[in-house]
Amino acid sequence: MITDTKIKELELKAEAIRETIVEMLVAAGSGHTAGPLGMADIFAAFYFHILNHDPANPAWEERDRLFLSNGHIVPVRYAAMAHAGYFPLAECLTLRKFGSRLQGHPERERLPGMETTSGPLGSGLGQAAGYAYGARMDNKKFRVYAFMSDGEQDAGNTWEAAMFAGANKLHNLTAVIDRNNIQINGMTEDVMPLDDLRKKYKAFNWHVLEIDGHNMNAIVSAVEQAKAIYEKPTLILAHTIPGKGVKEIEFDYRWHGKPPSKEEAKKFLAELRTMKGKIQSEHE
Amino acid sequence: MSDTKEIKMAATRDGFGRALLELGGSNPQVVVCCADLAESTRVLAFKEKYPDRYIELGVAEQNLATVASGLANYGKIPFIASYATFSPGRNNEQIRTTISLNNVPVKIAGMHAGVSVGPDGATHQALEDLALMRVQPNMTVLSPCDEEEAYKATLAAAANLGPVYLRFAREKTPVLTTPETPFVIGRANVVWESDHAPEVAIFATGPLLAEALAAAKEMEHSLPSVVINIHTIKPLDKEAIVAAAKAAGAVVTVEEHQVAGGLGGAVAELLAAEYPVPVQFVGMQDRFGQSGEPKELLDYYGNAPGELAFDVVGVRVRVGIVAGLF
Repeated sequence: MITDTKIKELELKAEAIRETIVEMLVAAGSGHTAGPLGMADIFAAFYFHILNHDPANPAWEERDRLFLSNGHIVPVRYAAMAHAGYFPLAECLTLRKFGSRLQGHPERERLPGMETTSGPLGSGLGQAAGYAYGARMDNKKFRVYAFMSDGEQDAGNTWEAAMFAGANKLHNLTAVIDRNNIQINGMTEDVMPLDDLRKKYKAFNWHVLEIDGHNMNAIVSAVEQAKAIYEKPTLILAHTIPGKGVKEIEFDYRWHGKPPSKEEAKKFLAELRTMKGKIQSEHE
Repeated sequence: MSDTKEIKMAATRDGFGRALLELGGSNPQVVVCCADLAESTRVLAFKEKYPDRYIELGVAEQNLATVASGLANYGKIPFIASYATFSPGRNNEQIRTTISLNNVPVKIAGMHAGVSVGPDGATHQALEDLALMRVQPNMTVLSPCDEEEAYKATLAAAANLGPVYLRFAREKTPVLTTPETPFVIGRANVVWESDHAPEVAIFATGPLLAEALAAAKEMEHSLPSVVINIHTIKPLDKEAIVAAAKAAGAVVTVEEHQVAGGLGGAVAELLAAEYPVPVQFVGMQDRFGQSGEPKELLDYYGNAPGELAFDVVGVRVRVGIVAGLF
């Protein structure tokens, strides 16, 4: 449980992250908009409350590890890391530019605190599972988190990894699926129906929780519950709204892979700024 | 080199298994991951002796690569074992992104290289793995010639700080090297040289080194040559290869792999830039293999000593043509 004051603080962080995302994307001139905006609340909750980490010492051995499998939403992670103090906020505007540490898809060796290199979908859960397996061999106490998209549930590697994590009872692994129902070619259920992911992961011996991915209290509580589960990895199926925070692009799959124009960005930022402090957890 | 009179026969995959057992005792960070092929990849002994450090993936080569990436990222030294057609074949993108670009020290052991796999047929005869692995930055590529060298290559791979690909064969082949033969990653070994100044430099990789050696000796008096073991495909020993090409003026490459992209491709790229000489390529010429006995297949696809000698003579003839002698 967290206090109302903390919830408010996290919501404000999420709003700040959203503004940074729009600023980064318009400066970059390419990139993905819907996913990063939709995951801003979850990233705010992790970087400002859940993760045991030290932005001043990104290689700290006991830190929690966060693997981002769907590398294309990395602007939200860069924004969260910058706000958390990993690097100056101004560096966010170098996204996708020549020589930048902020590659279009994240690379471990370029940016301290970026736990792995990702982009090609379906390979993050296996990496996180391998990491968690190794850490458990050595009785490490930190936790391993894997963030995935719903689109990459199409990939066979995802299910190979789900089977492996379930079979090996990786209780130190928690996965989060950004269930926003969109992918490049359209709605997930039209492109390749995912049906009941809850049942599917349960059948693979996972503990499954389902939450509103914009509800800070729910996000924090689910992660806490996952820590209590023994002998199973936990999946948090987080329902999110793609493009969250900018009304005219919410739920629109066409915003999966494009950035806003300068004019659009101006409009989006005005909307995000006037909403500051007004987007509240829906449980209230 | 061993005394040719009492040549022992053993498979390179056995040298891999032997080295893993030793690493189990000497390096606690070494773990072994396998995709349902423990016996034939020769990791079974490690599994039995160090069950806590053996990780089973099932028939899932993509996950074999990604789980190993995570283990290596954490700090383990994972060896991943499967057939080369599946790993690095099936899981090539996972290796590219999560191991090579990510630059984590996963050691990829690809078994059943070449047509000498025999009766299993083309689906299981890896003929493109060297090409797949040598085009990935950060990757070291090793192709040992015999059981003893396979043992040393495996130990060297564990000590190397980056990702490494190791290529092994199924069949028993002559053990040419001894425990005293040097093995340094990136340093080619001259195996044999005729008494007269060599007119052809023969570069061979893998167990076919034995065939190259037999062909060279057979022609010792008619066509002097030097035989060099290229156990490291990447980084290629540029200095040794260019020096030998300069001295001999003609080159033959020998491998149980597609000539395109393999040792032949690598040597041709180097010599085209540094010291162009005629090159004859012995290896698979853009074909798949088929079922058959290993010896029969090697003969059919042109890797027998007789065929090899033909290629060696052929390249010498081309040198003569270039020089206007014929």
